[in-house]
Amino acid sequence: MSKIPNASETVPEAKQQKKRSRFGEIVHSIKRNKSAVAGLIIIALLLLILIGSLFIKYEAVTATSTANRFRTPDLEFPFGGDNMGRNVFLRTIYGSRYSLSIGFLAAAISTVLGVFLGSLAGYYGGLVDDIIMRASDVLASIPGMLLGMVIITVLGQSLQNLIIAVGVTGVPIFVRITRASVLTIKNQEYVEASRAIGMSHLRVIFTQVLPNGLSPIIVTFTSSLGLSIIVAASLSFLGFGVPVPKPEWGTLVSAGRNYIRTSPNLMSFPGLFIMITVLAFNLLGDGLRDALDPKLKK
Amino acid sequence: MAEKILEVKNLKKYFKTGAGTVHAVDGVSFTIDKGETLGIVGESGCGKSTAGRCILRLIEPTSGEVIFNGRNILKLNRRELKKARNDMQIIFQDPYSSLNPRKTVQEIIAEPIKFSKIMPGASKADIEKRTRELMDTVGLAERLYNAYPHELDGGRRQRIGIARALAMEPKFIVCDEPVSALDVSIQAQILNLLKKLQRDKDLTYIFITHDLSVVNHFSENIMVMYLGQAVEKAPAEELFANPLHPYTKALLSAILVPKVGANKARVQLRGEITSPVDPPDECRFAKRCNYYCSDCDKGTPPLIEVSPNHFVACHRVAPQKTAD
Amino acid sequence: MSDVITRHEIVAPPETANDEIVLDIKDLVVHYVLENETVEAVNGVSLQLKKGQTIGVVGETGAGKTSMALAVLNLVPSPPGVIKSGSISVCGSDVLKMSTKQLEKIRGKDVSMIFQDPMTSLNPVMTVGAQIAESVKYHENVTNDEAFKRAEEMLELVGIPKARAIEYPHQFSGGMKQRVVIAIALACNPKVLLADEPTSALDVTIQAQVLDMMSELKEKLGTALVMITHDLGVVAKVCDLVAVMYAGRIVEYGTLEDVFNSPKHPYTEGLFGSLPNIEDRKAELIPIPGLMPDPTKLPVGCAFEPRCRYATSVCRDKRLNNHIVSDTHTVLCARYDEPGFNIDLLRGGENNG
Repeated sequence: MSKIPNASETVPEAKQQKKRSRFGEIVHSIKRNKSAVAGLIIIALLLLILIGSLFIKYEAVTATSTANRFRTPDLEFPFGGDNMGRNVFLRTIYGSRYSLSIGFLAAAISTVLGVFLGSLAGYYGGLVDDIIMRASDVLASIPGMLLGMVIITVLGQSLQNLIIAVGVTGVPIFVRITRASVLTIKNQEYVEASRAIGMSHLRVIFTQVLPNGLSPIIVTFTSSLGLSIIVAASLSFLGFGVPVPKPEWGTLVSAGRNYIRTSPNLMSFPGLFIMITVLAFNLLGDGLRDALDPKLKK
Repeated sequence: MAEKILEVKNLKKYFKTGAGTVHAVDGVSFTIDKGETLGIVGESGCGKSTAGRCILRLIEPTSGEVIFNGRNILKLNRRELKKARNDMQIIFQDPYSSLNPRKTVQEIIAEPIKFSKIMPGASKADIEKRTRELMDTVGLAERLYNAYPHELDGGRRQRIGIARALAMEPKFIVCDEPVSALDVSIQAQILNLLKKLQRDKDLTYIFITHDLSVVNHFSENIMVMYLGQAVEKAPAEELFANPLHPYTKALLSAILVPKVGANKARVQLRGEITSPVDPPDECRFAKRCNYYCSDCDKGTPPLIEVSPNHFVACHRVAPQKTAD
Repeated sequence: MSDVITRHEIVAPPETANDEIVLDIKDLVVHYVLENETVEAVNGVSLQLKKGQTIGVVGETGAGKTSMALAVLNLVPSPPGVIKSGSISVCGSDVLKMSTKQLEKIRGKDVSMIFQDPMTSLNPVMTVGAQIAESVKYHENVTNDEAFKRAEEMLELVGIPKARAIEYPHQFSGGMKQRVVIAIALACNPKVLLADEPTSALDVTIQAQVLDMMSELKEKLGTALVMITHDLGVVAKVCDLVAVMYAGRIVEYGTLEDVFNSPKHPYTEGLFGSLPNIEDRKAELIPIPGLMPDPTKLPVGCAFEPRCRYATSVCRDKRLNNHIVSDTHTVLCARYDEPGFNIDLLRGGENNG
């Protein structure tokens, strides 16, 4: 007679093969998505550039020199010299700190504010939902650039205020996606289970509901990084951004605009950097979206 | 002598909707003795799940009293309620949505222990020991300590849910269709587990289900609900041997027995279930009842005891005595 | 009054022979090929159905019942599903060898399927009458009016007043929606109807109504029915034949009386033992220990072995043969290789061993 296995032991557990945690699964999916990997590589390079730029002295970047005016690209001036003889290459590299930090901080502000408001709207519903959504809709209905310009005009032109302006314009999208996420999750029974042990609503939202709704938020965050950089660059291009002579990329493009026919390098190289950076974030965002959604649902 | 642990008086839950007020639970009363199981049966829309949740205040009832161990739960403030929750827990129907997918088995089971501070001053090792004890009690293998719910099947997940409910050492558990989503062979395992836990820990259960054969096996007393009201309440044997309410009769005749030739003529119900929105003051089952008579228009029939412990709400079977 | 009539003597309409085989599945194997592993869903299933018969295919999650039913219509989702071998004949023609066009002709006309969830089976933007008529128009050469008239007739047949043909699905309750689904499936009078857990999502009283209606219709139209379910009570009510499935194989096959009154396979015994006994509420439930096997790692021999109280050391590796218990009853179990072996039945003991 054979033994009767007890209720919890069964067929030799085949699940021992490769136990990956959820994080491991995500990393694995990303590794397989070529565009995501490309995006990550570019971002890594940019970060290296950023670190490298910390060694460049501010004076080197702003030092004018009549001899180097409109100098054509060569070994010492890989991107050439601008209308004031400054080294465009050094200015571009140095400027990476502005674009990357603005992009990141502004996206962070949008995320934190947007997720907080969206969670409350989705979880509580009713009047709270109505108020938050209508306010968010009003904000969204104002064209981003215009809103940014108004905020800068009111607060004054500075790096901080640029970050705030760009951050605020990005809030509505996070409110909307977080609310949608929370709406689906709040009806799951494990949320009820945590209420059954006595957790307060706020605690439930932030420890039970939100952590399960992170995927769309993460994906939106990465694309909002790219978007923030463009908005910041555009505002700077229009003169609302980082005050001159700080070499933010948008400002560089703007400055080079007048010389586009004679010395296109002044505008094109900084422009190229904006483009590559935003592309990298978008590729990563796409890759994350693929990695986070369907694979993990199965 | 049997000790009353829960007394529910005239529990009501109404939902306001655009179309009117939905009377989800409409004046339900019962008592349960310590160590017993009350089975609540009914079909979809009868309000049994809502009633279960109202008792635990997971849904705030509209009115009524829920007296647990002498205190009215519905009147407790937030702090007192949080403490009271240690004694009253719930096991959910769906093993797939009742566990947080981002937490491991041990995190799910340990969470109530940590949160409720039921082991004050306990070290990590103490909590781990307790978690492993609970896993063993419900029959979960040790090696699943760090597993995620999505790696496990329905039966094991349900065991996690049971371990979580036991973590706070409750005296009373509402089991909301705990085996309906499980395969037949696993159902029996879980039912046996629940029975064993009841004996070992002197637990009191409310067992909510639509499956009559299961509830017969599992409960001492059964309450049949229809459209938010209790239409019959009796000890399980009595209910099956001698059903009095026409709805109960129809329900029992609809059970499909897994035996050749056992499924004979069914009581046919007329029409469809009426709406729970703003129901008029009359017997809600009247329109579908095969025994409808002139007495049935006398308003909502009250629940009356017609023989020891056997209650029915029916004008014909349990006519209201004028002196009550 | 006990049920003495043997269920397979159904009176058939006079124009066709009583023993015409309408569905013949031989050694069907269906696998789902995933990137890292292969799910062996159906592993050599054979069954035969005659006109007017009803077979209950019983099993739990993962037994392979739905995959088998989808294969009959050649609707197994094709990546990743693969019908590796076997043949399926519907009214004499092999479904697995047909072109898509030929398949589309027989689906709905010779063989129909109804699914478990009535909520999602109906198109929410079409009236129920139109949905029934759609099937009729597709398969038969009739005018729109004639098709609609047939739709109304079908509604009456399933117990819905024909005036409701112009209503939309959301205006019907769950039980009524399922009736509409049945009406669509039977509109062209198919020879074979596959029903995949058609009443599991319905309330008990509604379930009983719908099953009664299906039985009546089946008798009237002479449809052969494949009733897929996990509920042995449903099987007892409507089926003549029973096939018990486990891990993609039929482990026991016989008439209703064979399988219910003298079950032979340990799994069948376990299923009956797991059910609460309505007549004896105090009787203990005897669950089957353990869990369903991993369908990607099935053994050569018996997949039920780890959970079986009769298992011996050979069971896991020995290739299984179907044992003939009687000319209507077979069982797939290696222990029956030993002369005189029989399971001893946990309850009741109504065994003619």
